[in-house]
Amino acid sequence: MSNSAVNEQKKVHSFLKESTKENLRIYWYKFGCNKLSIVGLTIVIISILLAVFAPVIAPYPQHVKEFADYNNASVAPNASYLFGTDIFGRDILSRVIFSFRGALLMAIIVLAISVPVGVFLGLVAGYYNGSWLEIAVMRTTDIFLALPPLILALSIASVLEPNLTSSMIAVTVMWWPWYTRLVYGMATALRKEYFVKNAELIGASRMHILFREILPNCLSPIFTKIALDVGWVILIGASLSYIGLGEQPPTPAFGQMISDGSKYMPDLWWMTIFPALGIAFIILGFNFLGDGIRDMFDRGRQ
Amino acid sequence: MNDAILNIKNLKVWYNTYKGYAKVVDGVNFHVGTGEKVGLVGESGCGKTTTMKSVLRVIDSSINHIPEGEILYRDKDILKMNYNDLQQIRKKSISMISQAPSAALNPVFTVGEQLLDVIRYSEQYNKKSSKKDLMDMAISAIKDVMISDPERILKSYPHQLSGGMKQRICIAMSLVTPRELLIADEPGTALDVTIQDQIHRLLRALVEEKGRSLIMITHSLGVARELVDRIYVMYAGNIVEVAKTKDLFSEPLHPYTKGLMECVPRLSGGGVTTGIYGYIPNYINPAPGCRFCPRCPDAMDICSKEKPQAVEISDGHKVACFKYTNC
Repeated sequence: MSNSAVNEQKKVHSFLKESTKENLRIYWYKFGCNKLSIVGLTIVIISILLAVFAPVIAPYPQHVKEFADYNNASVAPNASYLFGTDIFGRDILSRVIFSFRGALLMAIIVLAISVPVGVFLGLVAGYYNGSWLEIAVMRTTDIFLALPPLILALSIASVLEPNLTSSMIAVTVMWWPWYTRLVYGMATALRKEYFVKNAELIGASRMHILFREILPNCLSPIFTKIALDVGWVILIGASLSYIGLGEQPPTPAFGQMISDGSKYMPDLWWMTIFPALGIAFIILGFNFLGDGIRDMFDRGRQ
Repeated sequence: MNDAILNIKNLKVWYNTYKGYAKVVDGVNFHVGTGEKVGLVGESGCGKTTTMKSVLRVIDSSINHIPEGEILYRDKDILKMNYNDLQQIRKKSISMISQAPSAALNPVFTVGEQLLDVIRYSEQYNKKSSKKDLMDMAISAIKDVMISDPERILKSYPHQLSGGMKQRICIAMSLVTPRELLIADEPGTALDVTIQDQIHRLLRALVEEKGRSLIMITHSLGVARELVDRIYVMYAGNIVEVAKTKDLFSEPLHPYTKGLMECVPRLSGGGVTTGIYGYIPNYINPAPGCRFCPRCPDAMDICSKEKPQAVEISDGHKVACFKYTNC
């Protein structure tokens, strides 16, 4: 076989890779069109780095454990304590940096559980539209969606032991129905498309139809919703921790720090403002990123 | 007939609507022999597609429908089959080309990936063959439908291709595995006339080459004349006439068939001279007699009271009309 023929063959058999690469390039171009999404991506990367390398970056890592230093208590922001200290003399900056850990962990775990569950149930309910499966899944979803989300999370978290795990469980329980609804709507529309019917005609298995015909066509709204939801999950988690149902002291969390600091407003303003800015920073970042991802998948604005 | 690959006996498909049952297919008898090309002709909404969809049982399950009768594929009844056997038939024996080629391909995968899926699902390839062999199969299938540069086509997404290309790819998909029966549901509808003609020729050539059977669903007698050996004329859920293509055109018997032939506009001008007036009847609680009776120029008294039975006029030429029954 001549050399060019071999090359030709290689070209043919690696066609999957090439088209994927090209797609990524297109996606990146569309993502970069909006400068705010680049800002968002930067913020998100910074947040992740802060969370991962918190013990290295934080100036006083020991301040997140049992610690008190009454000589330096309630110090306003200065050169050695950039964000000031709280009433026990703990460095606010270190505690804010460590709070990123809990916030991101919460977002990751909640979405990692609720998205697959919600998407799967939505796919099944949408594809088996009209059967008892759809009724069972969708009416359960409706029950969850009928309750105000924060109230539901509150009531679940208050039944369980107050710690990070139970607040994650609470938020996960209230989160999956949104994905089920989203995917259900799309799956019901897609199941009547000719390409799904054609797959049935060819004799494709139900799994193939669900996961290779219907799911890939629902992916872009799912990804967009995930990106936009990260901020929301962090916010709900902060709300829970604000009323004492999240991470317990001495481990820091945004909501808990704000709630501690609010008792000393406005004299010790740095105790509240800096954790609040931390939440604003991380949520802003994920929302910009989410907008960027939405633009990326938006076929209408090519 | 012993060599019949598909034999439909007295098939009835009734859709459940809020007004009552819509009798969309009402007692259809139909058979296709091995290697035979058969046309199913009728105007829009007369139940052609419904009949063929019930062959593979892909009618929307959320609509309550009651299929009755028998659909025998090689003497096995498809309607009574369990899910696994049905899947085997769908995978290996019968394939169907749908009306809308653009909608029949999944927009998020390349044509190549979808073709490979079809090959894999058919389970009709050598288990040991590598991905490269499968790709070669796909490439030769694309070459068969007269597309140059198959490598590029395999890498393209459906939206990058034209309608004619997509339809050819659909044909390639249905022919890539050795299936015995191909059901083509108006494959030319979405295309312009020149491409339509190409597609039809291609289809005939490919079917004849490999000795498969073909059911061609169309609303155009012209297309059927070009392509098939035998034509079933369907009107409002009934087969009104069946004949060999030559016989049907030289001697159409049923008034509906005559009307269909007359309503083709001629290129020489003069427009449509005569045609069929009126519309397809309501399928819910239709009149007891012949369904064509209200539109029929030759209607008699008996036509509105009784349903005509098919009578054989000459060899293989059957018609369901009281004009030809001796009563």
